[in-house]
Amino acid sequence: MTTLQEMPPVTDRPPTGTTPRGSRRRGRSFGGGGPLVYLLALAVVALTVGPVLYGALGGFRSNEQLIRDPAGLPDPWVTENYEGVVTNPDFWGYALNSTVIALITTVVAVLAGVMAAYPLARYQFKLREPLFMVFVLGLLFPVAVAIIPLFILITRDLQLGNTWWGVALPQAAFALPTTVVILRPFLMALPRELEEAAFIDGATPIGVFRHIALPLTAPGLVTVGVLAFVGSWNAYLLPLLLLQDDMRTLPLGVADYSTQYSADTAGVLAFTTIAMIPALVLFLAMQGRIVSGLQGAVKG
Amino acid sequence: MTSTGAAVAATPAAAPADPDDPGSSRWRQRLEIALFVTPALALMATFVVWPVFSAVRMSFYRWKGFGPMDDFVGLRNYERVLTDDVFKDAVLHNLTIVGLSVAVQLPLGLLLAVLLNRRIRGRGLLRTIVFVPYVLAEVIAGVVWFQLLQPRSGLVEEILTTVSITPPDQGFLGTPGLALWTVFVVLTWKYLGLAVLLFLAGLQGVPDELYEAAQLDGAGWWQVQVRVALPLLGPTIRTWAFLSMIGSLQLFDMVWILTGGGPANATTTMATYLVSQGTQRGNYGIAGAASVVLFVVAFAMALLYQVLVLRRDTAEQR
Repeated sequence: MTTLQEMPPVTDRPPTGTTPRGSRRRGRSFGGGGPLVYLLALAVVALTVGPVLYGALGGFRSNEQLIRDPAGLPDPWVTENYEGVVTNPDFWGYALNSTVIALITTVVAVLAGVMAAYPLARYQFKLREPLFMVFVLGLLFPVAVAIIPLFILITRDLQLGNTWWGVALPQAAFALPTTVVILRPFLMALPRELEEAAFIDGATPIGVFRHIALPLTAPGLVTVGVLAFVGSWNAYLLPLLLLQDDMRTLPLGVADYSTQYSADTAGVLAFTTIAMIPALVLFLAMQGRIVSGLQGAVKG
Repeated sequence: MTSTGAAVAATPAAAPADPDDPGSSRWRQRLEIALFVTPALALMATFVVWPVFSAVRMSFYRWKGFGPMDDFVGLRNYERVLTDDVFKDAVLHNLTIVGLSVAVQLPLGLLLAVLLNRRIRGRGLLRTIVFVPYVLAEVIAGVVWFQLLQPRSGLVEEILTTVSITPPDQGFLGTPGLALWTVFVVLTWKYLGLAVLLFLAGLQGVPDELYEAAQLDGAGWWQVQVRVALPLLGPTIRTWAFLSMIGSLQLFDMVWILTGGGPANATTTMATYLVSQGTQRGNYGIAGAASVVLFVVAFAMALLYQVLVLRRDTAEQR
């Protein structure tokens, strides 16, 4: 029987069935770059970063410049818009909320995820695969499906509406399936001898988990951690329903600001540009790791 | 119990299913498993499973969000959702995005991946740049694009005017016939980088020997790409298509920011429909029914995809 469990990216194996495991693969290919290739690459770059650059440069222009010549460069360069954002206490409030919520989400998702993945990888028991299936199926539940009851549950039943935890906990829960699915192969790959040696030295199962499994899974933890962090940082729907006023996160702040000050295009662009930076820096720094995590090629 | 005894119990992976294992250590093992798995299961149960079940329950009641939920209406909410033209359009919009993604983003992503796999200068930088839009929050990317697409003052119209294309009066997002396509273009901008990166990673897995052998047999560059590299990318492509499909079905953020579902519901999706029914109109029962339909559509497509497409991968691996 074919099961959902074997569905990539869920499989324990790299989805690229032909990938040689364990060896770090370098960029090998034949065919260099003719002028046409470079031209195409240039076009791709322009289209990709164009809108981002437009936002960043637009922040350095005045609204009057933007209207006079939508495609021009800043002339003269205006720094007031950025200064306005950086001195705006609302902005820092949003940034703080985003940071705290993303940190709670990450810690909870990674901790609960690695704990759950550990027995699913290292123990033999009857419910192991069914239990793993629960997490795999979790991948298929979009937040949108549960959003209205989630909103009621958090605001009314748990009284966590408009709080950091009220957003972070469900976000962690929705990040868990990915976390478990990515971490399990990492944990499965740990050599058994290390564990055995630790047990002979008198370590408890929890001690082995903490002192052997966790440190050795660190690269995997970083991958799922970044995914959970950026996922939470970028989230919109759940915070939109749960957070008001000064509890709002950056994406909500950006959306609010852009409707509220729609006439101040330059200000909106500056606000948006600064809000892009943290996730951009974090994700780009971790890019290789994220891709290998997504690929399921978990050993490098 | 000695610690070595515990070791045997705790690492049955090392000594699988010991038939002589005394019951007490097995219970101990069960306790450990429970201890490790409980936090995750509790979170999932509270914030994923329970809300999904209550969406199902909610879908059978007429409920405005206050007072007890006691006005059982059977399948009437489903009837209303499924006969609502706005919802029907929403499903159609979601399916259009799913179809367009495969039809447009797949070939485009493959082309770029194959090109970026060539030995060109600055390849690493190029790959990073292609990935930038994927990293941005949909909302933030949406706000920038909203500015770019502003009727009359936006950069997109400015550029089109200089190449003598007349933009529509209401702008690209304000014209019902164009809005969904415009949203799709922005989504492609946002998500093409992920496809390219996944495909590139897949291409890296193609063994050099295969390229060399094909070259020795006299195959040209394009021939090698189409005959050798692409077939080996099969599993990666199918994985990407699955991710893209699930993502397209729950599309919300970008639409909400760019058009809010308008103009005249031209860009409503199942998610925007249920959110506005639930939070703006207080029709919780309708929102519940729409949630269930969204889930059924997503699940059915995932299952169908599994049976029709992904099965090949599982078979190959056996």
